[in-house]
Amino acid sequence: MAPLIVAVMPIGLVFGAVAASKGLSSLEVTLMSALVFAGGSQFVAMDIWSHPASWVALGFSALLVNIRHVLMSASIGTKMPAFSGPAKYAAMLLLADEIWAMAEFRAARTRLSPAWYAGLAVPFYFVWVLASLAGSIVGAFLGDPKAIGLDFAFPAVFIVLVMGFWKGRENGAVLGASATAAVVVHQLLPGVWYIAAGAAAGVVATLLTGWRREACA
Amino acid sequence: MTLDPNAFLAIMAMATATVLTRVAGLVLIRFVAIGPQQKRALEAIPPAVLMAVIAPTALATGPAESLAALATALAATRLPLLAAVAAGVFVVAIARALIGA
Repeated sequence: MAPLIVAVMPIGLVFGAVAASKGLSSLEVTLMSALVFAGGSQFVAMDIWSHPASWVALGFSALLVNIRHVLMSASIGTKMPAFSGPAKYAAMLLLADEIWAMAEFRAARTRLSPAWYAGLAVPFYFVWVLASLAGSIVGAFLGDPKAIGLDFAFPAVFIVLVMGFWKGRENGAVLGASATAAVVVHQLLPGVWYIAAGAAAGVVATLLTGWRREACA
Repeated sequence: MTLDPNAFLAIMAMATATVLTRVAGLVLIRFVAIGPQQKRALEAIPPAVLMAVIAPTALATGPAESLAALATALAATRLPLLAAVAAGVFVVAIARALIGA
């Protein structure tokens, strides 16, 4: 879990710095990180932030960017028999990409416990909020995170997790379809449609390989 | 430390939309029966989403990012998470400095 905390810190700092440059106060930055807690949609919001802020445009963009959470919570929700009903919903409030990925990774190997999930999600949450606040304060003095490669920390975490999901040829079809669709859509459409496209392509690939195997049997 | 009413409203709208997406999946699986076919589809989502998130960075951003992605993937077969991530960050920084990308 330490690598996630290390990875979220620079992203939080960068978010705070970007938000400050868009004219948000430290209080507004902290509130957004604490209440929204979804980095991707927060960065997109900074792209379209206006004065005065438009709650319709920002709310709708957050809905689009985070629509993947529906699939993620459906997927991880089936792996939470050890959670009580309220605990399940509480856990979903802290469902970020990285936490979900780690939880899926864990659930594939052992039983997912509420204590393990809280131990991952709660520190991650507080580091995100505090790093955003710090970034909004020191934003102007922060160097370019690209120069020391820190922007690569999140993709690197995801790469390690994908390697853990590798299960052979059938699984390879899912990963190949997802990668192809994501790259193509990323080139053609702005925003985060490439994530939805990759997920859809992966699901189609697994259903197709399933049908072919049944047809051969 | 100011809080603009419009900004506050926008933040609340973003928060509401995000919470809706987070709990919708739980509500969904209560009302939709999960058969073997649905189970296969749900199981494909985690690797597919992860792959989709990294693919543009790894394949279509530049040689430094592709090289670092490869290095991270190779390191992941031998090293723990933090070491593999550190290797990726190290390689991307060196490669950017050398290539100038």
